[in-house]
Amino acid sequence: MLSINDLRASVEGKEILKGINLEVKPGEVHAIMGPNGSGKSTLASVLAGREEYEVTGGSVTFNGKDILEIAPEERAAEGIFLAFQYPVEIPGVTTINFLKTAVNEIRKYRGESPLDAAQFLKMVREKAKLVSMNDSLLKRALNEGFSGGEKKRNEIFQMAVLEPKLAILDETDSGLDIDALRIVSEGVNSLRSPERATIVVTHYQRLLDYIVPDYVHVLYKGRIVKSGPKELALELEEKGYDWIKAEVEAVS
Amino acid sequence: MSTETIDLKTRLVTDFYARESVMNGAAASALHQKKRAALARFDKLGFPTIKNEEWKYSNVKELVSESYNFNAASDIELSDLEDLKIPEQDANIIYFVNGHYHAGLSRLVSSSDQLTISSLSDAIKNDPDLINSFFNELAGESGDAFTELNTAFTHDGIFIHVPENKTVEHPVILRFVSDARSQNIGSQPRNIISVGRNAHLKLAEAFRTLGTERSFTNAVTEIYVSEDAGVEYYKVQNESDKAYHVGTTQVRMLDRSQFYAGTVTLNGRFTRNNLNIVIDGERCEAYMYGLYFPDGVQHVDNHTTADHRKPNSNSNELYKGILRDRSKGVFNGKIFVRPDAQKTNAFQSCKNIVLSPDATMNTKPQLEIFADDVKCSHGTTTGQIDEEALFYMRSRGISHSEALSLLMFAFCADVVSQIKIDSIREYLENVIAEKLATK
Ligand SMILES: Nc1ncnc2c1ncn2[C@@H]1O[C@H](COP(=O)(O)OP(=O)(O)OP(=O)(O)O)[C@@H](O)[C@H]1O
Ligand SMILES: [Mg+2]
Repeated sequence: MLSINDLRASVEGKEILKGINLEVKPGEVHAIMGPNGSGKSTLASVLAGREEYEVTGGSVTFNGKDILEIAPEERAAEGIFLAFQYPVEIPGVTTINFLKTAVNEIRKYRGESPLDAAQFLKMVREKAKLVSMNDSLLKRALNEGFSGGEKKRNEIFQMAVLEPKLAILDETDSGLDIDALRIVSEGVNSLRSPERATIVVTHYQRLLDYIVPDYVHVLYKGRIVKSGPKELALELEEKGYDWIKAEVEAVS
Repeated sequence: MSTETIDLKTRLVTDFYARESVMNGAAASALHQKKRAALARFDKLGFPTIKNEEWKYSNVKELVSESYNFNAASDIELSDLEDLKIPEQDANIIYFVNGHYHAGLSRLVSSSDQLTISSLSDAIKNDPDLINSFFNELAGESGDAFTELNTAFTHDGIFIHVPENKTVEHPVILRFVSDARSQNIGSQPRNIISVGRNAHLKLAEAFRTLGTERSFTNAVTEIYVSEDAGVEYYKVQNESDKAYHVGTTQVRMLDRSQFYAGTVTLNGRFTRNNLNIVIDGERCEAYMYGLYFPDGVQHVDNHTTADHRKPNSNSNELYKGILRDRSKGVFNGKIFVRPDAQKTNAFQSCKNIVLSPDATMNTKPQLEIFADDVKCSHGTTTGQIDEEALFYMRSRGISHSEALSLLMFAFCADVVSQIKIDSIREYLENVIAEKLATK
């Protein structure tokens, strides 16, 4: 489904991704962990199409399509969804209006007719229930004045509405209380299916108790330096990153 | 000074005296003496140049280098105006064509016990002393050449009086149409609005152009807001790319009154709006909202004044603009707090999005505070569109152009939502959405 080959990217002339390789198949959950500043959000942003990052080498295909060539909105319409580490506040645009525009733009891209107001509302209500998203938040300006946890929940709510094929969750667990963590994870799990895949960027094993990954990767200094089964996350939780850093330094 | 500048001025001054010479006895009236004095002041001032501090960024050279027919007749019919219309619900609609009241197109729905309303030319004929008691009593202070010119040539416009304790339920919408289908049109409407004690009025002025020749509108509105009265006043400019508009709205507020102004400039070649509010009462609330969308080579200049002369009153101001192409915007906001005006709260803000490197915005807050116990603040921002927000929206599948128009629409929303006449707000929402979508 997603094939990343020797992906290199820089920002302001500084190389941040230094040759990433990753294969994600339908139905899989991949966790990406790694120390602060190692490039996890950069990778997520490059996949979503953020223009300030310049891709300097390598390729990314999604269901056979070269996605580096297409605009962020087209990637979304192809089924890629990024839940932001820091969701943006947009004053003056209500969450509900924003989502309606997004849903119908994506439908247009796919050659489907737009949902009418009633169909849309029905769908939104169901999804809001799924992640226990308060109705009053939907009517407020997008993320404006939302608490940290509310913003994260809003990301997962939007994901539930847009039903992406590949969801990339960038530290969606940070800032969530215990109950919210469970609710958000349940939301993610309810979307798990043999056709969909998820990439979870996190610092904590805790999330992976709920969203159990098939693979765990460690990103360090712009490269995936270690991959393993879900137990790798436990090991990292216990030992930290020093032993991995030492392994990397020893090789280079 | 170019020779053309002298031309328009000379032509107007000559025209004034020519008309006066055939007035017979009427020339001696108090009203005419005011006009005469105004003409003399205009003659002395001349049209402003950019050397004049108040006109530093707004050059009227192009405006005054043209000639206009100030007395043009028009065979306009309602059907000609279909696509210029704001779809109105229950409202009093008064049409002015080339500055003249048009009875055939106008329609009143409010009863005469709620308000007195008539064309200014009729009002001058019927009760010259009453009109004279209001005429130029507020605008006379301005010292502005265009205002003097309007005063000198005052002949028509609207006169509205709302008696005390009356609330005019239906808004009054004044539509000024320049019929520029076959020639350059000049018009100088003059409006006098008097709202009595504890009376309430919603008023809008809408300016449109028909045709593709040039138009020059020089409008002056004087608004008297009595004690405990409330007035909402909207000015909507959606004129042609060849329309020049200079307008002054001069307001005086007395104790405990409220005044809301919303000024929206959708289109026009050159627009200069002066909105001057004298807060001559205690516990008054004045609000000024403004919105402008120049594109191409359009020029929009808003000059506002909140002049606090008495204690304990508040003024609030928010102007917003989106500038494209090679357009220019000017904002000058004056706040005066006179020595007597203790405990004044005066807030002012002007925010702009400049979408093109060739567009420019000049903002100048000007605070002159002579009292010590006051709260005043001002802020101006001029920026580009928020790229983070744009990427966020695109990452959810919204196209670049759609995201851009959503963001711009949102930027305008806090001003548009202040417009309390539903039909006008809805009209603006539609026009603005269209304007933001097509570019
Ligand atoms: N727009 C930018 N301009 C300059 N440097 C940037 C930019 N974006 C990212 N970087 C740098 O790239 C490196 C990787 O950042 P990134 O946000 O991808 O790290 P991360 O792995 O997500 O870290 P964290 O765990 O703290 O979220 C950091 O050194 C960061 O400072
Ligand atoms: Mg990060």
